[in-house]
Amino acid sequence: MNTETPYRPLQLLRTAALLLLVLIVLTGLAYPLAVTGIAQLTMRDDANGSLVERDGVVVGSALIGQNFWGSSGYFWGRPSAAGSGYDANQSGGANLGPSNPALVTRIEASIAELRAANWERGDSPIPVDLVTTSASGLDPHISPAAAEYQAPRIARERGLSEDQVLALVRAHTEGRWLWVFGEERVNVLELNLALDALAPIGR
Amino acid sequence: MTTQAILQLVLYVAALALLAKLLGGYLARVFSGERTFADPVLAPVERTIYRLTGVDPQREMPWTTYAFALLAFSLFSVLALYLLQRVQGSLPLNPAGQGNVPPHLAFNTAVSFTTNTNWQSYLPEATVSHLTQMAGLTVQNFVSAAAGIAIAVALVRGLARHSAKAIGNFWVDLTRAVLWVLLPVAFVLALIFVSQGVVQNLDAPRQITTLPGEVQTIAQGPVASQEAIKMFGTNGGGFFNANSAHPFENPTPLTNLLQMLTIFAIPAGLTAMFGRMVGNPRQGWTVFGVMLALFLVGAVLTTVFEQQGNPRFPDAVDQRASASQAGGNMEGKETRFGISASALFATITTAASCGAVNAMHDAFTPLGGLVLLNNIAVGEVIFGGVGAGLYGFLIFAMLAVFIAGLMVGRTPEYIGKKIEPREMTFVTLTILVVPLLILGLTAIALVTERGLLGPLNPGPHGLTEVLYAYTSGAGNNGSAFAGLNANSNFYATTLGIAMLGGRFLMIVPILAVAGSLAAKKRVAATAGTFPTTGLLFGGLLCGVILIVAALTFFPAYALGPIVEHLMLRAGS
Repeated sequence: MNTETPYRPLQLLRTAALLLLVLIVLTGLAYPLAVTGIAQLTMRDDANGSLVERDGVVVGSALIGQNFWGSSGYFWGRPSAAGSGYDANQSGGANLGPSNPALVTRIEASIAELRAANWERGDSPIPVDLVTTSASGLDPHISPAAAEYQAPRIARERGLSEDQVLALVRAHTEGRWLWVFGEERVNVLELNLALDALAPIGR
Repeated sequence: MTTQAILQLVLYVAALALLAKLLGGYLARVFSGERTFADPVLAPVERTIYRLTGVDPQREMPWTTYAFALLAFSLFSVLALYLLQRVQGSLPLNPAGQGNVPPHLAFNTAVSFTTNTNWQSYLPEATVSHLTQMAGLTVQNFVSAAAGIAIAVALVRGLARHSAKAIGNFWVDLTRAVLWVLLPVAFVLALIFVSQGVVQNLDAPRQITTLPGEVQTIAQGPVASQEAIKMFGTNGGGFFNANSAHPFENPTPLTNLLQMLTIFAIPAGLTAMFGRMVGNPRQGWTVFGVMLALFLVGAVLTTVFEQQGNPRFPDAVDQRASASQAGGNMEGKETRFGISASALFATITTAASCGAVNAMHDAFTPLGGLVLLNNIAVGEVIFGGVGAGLYGFLIFAMLAVFIAGLMVGRTPEYIGKKIEPREMTFVTLTILVVPLLILGLTAIALVTERGLLGPLNPGPHGLTEVLYAYTSGAGNNGSAFAGLNANSNFYATTLGIAMLGGRFLMIVPILAVAGSLAAKKRVAATAGTFPTTGLLFGGLLCGVILIVAALTFFPAYALGPIVEHLMLRAGS
């Protein structure tokens, strides 16, 4: 161990600056560019946003939710607080605290809108994810319960039987990973694309 | 708790214990300069770095030099990151055309990432260029974590050595932490993330027309490479505003599990490293056990509170868990994570000074949110940040042996070292500094006009938002009750002070303790020595940690989350 000759402050400052510079090049340029290179060569679709195409046109990302509220022929996703709704350049939650009266007011408005559109359901309870905003504002999924709630409306609008709609929901339900991790969920964009393929309206 | 939530927790803890054991041995080898399997690749890189920077790896430092080197490195880090943000508008890799970051925001962000806090007052999608994300933020994700590890290693050396003048070489510890630990794991993790859908490109935001016919702008960027080190270095600063809730940062249950594991991996591994380096693995496992016990209590409580849901929601809302929905308080949570994976993630990220979020903490139930707040307030020692968790915890361990010593009337000892007035002075300083910052700054914010402009939510929840912000800043956590608008001169500056104080006013006294312990002779254990392994000591430590936090913060908790909880139950 050599601690006899003390370090000089200037020498330490010089090393600090040089080492930071070297580490910027290594971890701030070489590392992210290497990952980008490998990702672009081997996993192009995943690395570029998992874009979904229909008839050669990009209609969205499989991972990013879209605003279906008000479109009666489509399954609706969750309310979104990202920008003016599903703004994928402005992600975020509503951040209303659990005791904030504005939260209850907003939820009551969503309930009214859902009940008017899904009148077959009458006063039956609404799955909680369908009236709450997600953390990202871009949640691409709803719970199977939330999809089932909308099945009568979709059947009506698409001229399908409710059983056909429920079967489609089941076919698009993703399970938990290893039966434990995450939740069962339905990807709204993919479900709606499948719906368009099965029973197109106005196309 | 649901069966699934219990199973998830059990599997998580089992995986974590295994990781701690594997990583602990590896870390001990890396920081004792022993051979590892990665040497053939990394040793030449290491030698090149030392040659370029003029480091003599054989030459060790006394604690004063070690602290000076760390402070110098951190100072240059703040300056470099500040400058980069201020001129990013005229630099390349800025496809979205971001302007220069305004001064108060650039200062806050530079401090935030250099102190391993990663508090984000800025909206990333609208503020920072790809170059700033990579060469600024990603770099600090690595080096602030490496610096934390270095300090923990130095303190452990202080305990392990005797009659020594030096506690290691900061340049070597920093470099080895980056090369042997952080970089290889981040590299592999980043590629796994990409395979799950985390984006990794240098593109501008992409415009598409959605199925219902709206135009949607989808932000892009080198996300996976930053995401990996954001978790593994317990940094927590999101590439996007929604952080790990954003589907491009954390798209699947698998990425979520990997993120939860990598947050705790190094903090848990360091406990095992500590045991090995002081020559008694049981010392390490005792630390691990206490951390685990405190963590489990929080994880169970948060899950239960969130699953109970919000009594304010109208009766028309179905909050019950069933086969087809997670139920519970889903406000601010993602469908793919539901209640159990959101509550567990939130407990981990607050316990570990990470601060990444996969659900909005502001929207948690009052008591669920209280657990998160308390996890940070106890001092980030429930596994804690990389390095910071262990050194903070060892300080509490010394306080615990001191109290035990007072009770039986013997000079306290820890790992064969007498704990004397000099050490206790520094220990007390480090324990007091964070509460002082949190409560002092919260009080200032609550009585000034500009402070009161911050909170989004009315009533006691607004108070919790402010309290949480300074707790997160001083605890170097970085998560937020994000309704608080912290993008103002007032919050940028005061939070900057909290983050700087919470990091450096801790580190310097801790390095002083390390130096002072290293210089001591080792005392042989006798029949009268209070054992610092096992249940008795573990229980005492839990008690000390919780009592210090309760005495300090209970009045503030009572005015914020506890009042809010009572209001919710009373229906007013």
